[in-house]
Amino acid sequence: MLATLITAGVAFVFYLLLTFGSGTVGVWSIEELITGAVLSLVAGLVAGRVAVRREGGERGHPLRMLNPLRILLFLVYLVGPFLFAMAKANLDVAYRVITGKIRPGIVRLTPGLSTDFGVTLLANSITLTPGTLSVDVDEENRDLYVHWINVTDPEPSTKAVCGSFPDWARRIAE
Amino acid sequence: MHIFLYVLFGIGVAFNGLGALALIRFPDVYTRLHGATKCTTFGSIFTAVAVIVYGFARGGTTYQTLAIHAIIALLALLITNPTGSHAIARASYRSGIKPKGAVVDKLEDRS
Repeated sequence: MLATLITAGVAFVFYLLLTFGSGTVGVWSIEELITGAVLSLVAGLVAGRVAVRREGGERGHPLRMLNPLRILLFLVYLVGPFLFAMAKANLDVAYRVITGKIRPGIVRLTPGLSTDFGVTLLANSITLTPGTLSVDVDEENRDLYVHWINVTDPEPSTKAVCGSFPDWARRIAE
Repeated sequence: MHIFLYVLFGIGVAFNGLGALALIRFPDVYTRLHGATKCTTFGSIFTAVAVIVYGFARGGTTYQTLAIHAIIALLALLITNPTGSHAIARASYRSGIKPKGAVVDKLEDRS
């Protein structure tokens, strides 16, 4: 029930953003508000159980991402360390595109995260950063297999591949 | 103001062009994914930011709507792009494509 309502609420906010400026109730038209409410309820009913659920371990409380501090941390991470690392890696890959100097390989990382959301956040951060690409995940102990374009060390530390991402993922999601 | 927007667009287009170049220069599917999906994401972030800045600076409901839609497009891009490239990489590994010229392949030891 709570899961349905939360998912519906998030969906409704997105619907309101998409139909910004359509009428006179606030900035929305009454038809859009009704359609949005109905559609977000449907979305909540369908996806609630997937979007909000308890995960393995004591850190996996289902409602932890509603904490505004976590959302703020996530935004800080997005515009701060993540964007900086991404820009740096982009310049590096741009250099490799032009010169063709690559040493590719698949390495194994042990980030030590305990929730699915944390691993997803880390894997997406790794994949979005050029030069590293998460190919597969070990479902049991949550190790990541990462395709790395410039292997300097076949058994690298997590820090060498993705810097401070695991710390941020732990702070945000666990 | 316009010069700032042109700079943003220029950076975006430059990185998108590099992504296209990477498709030609890199040897196999994994390295091509690096160039083709991520350089283009970074380029698209800059073009989207240019649209957002223009929309809010110009003002008026129409342009604000444009800016908000660009923000949502950016969010969708940031979520779907890594998911998609991860799916391509994983599918190609499972269908037996080995990384070309790899110095190390830990995934091979596992299976």
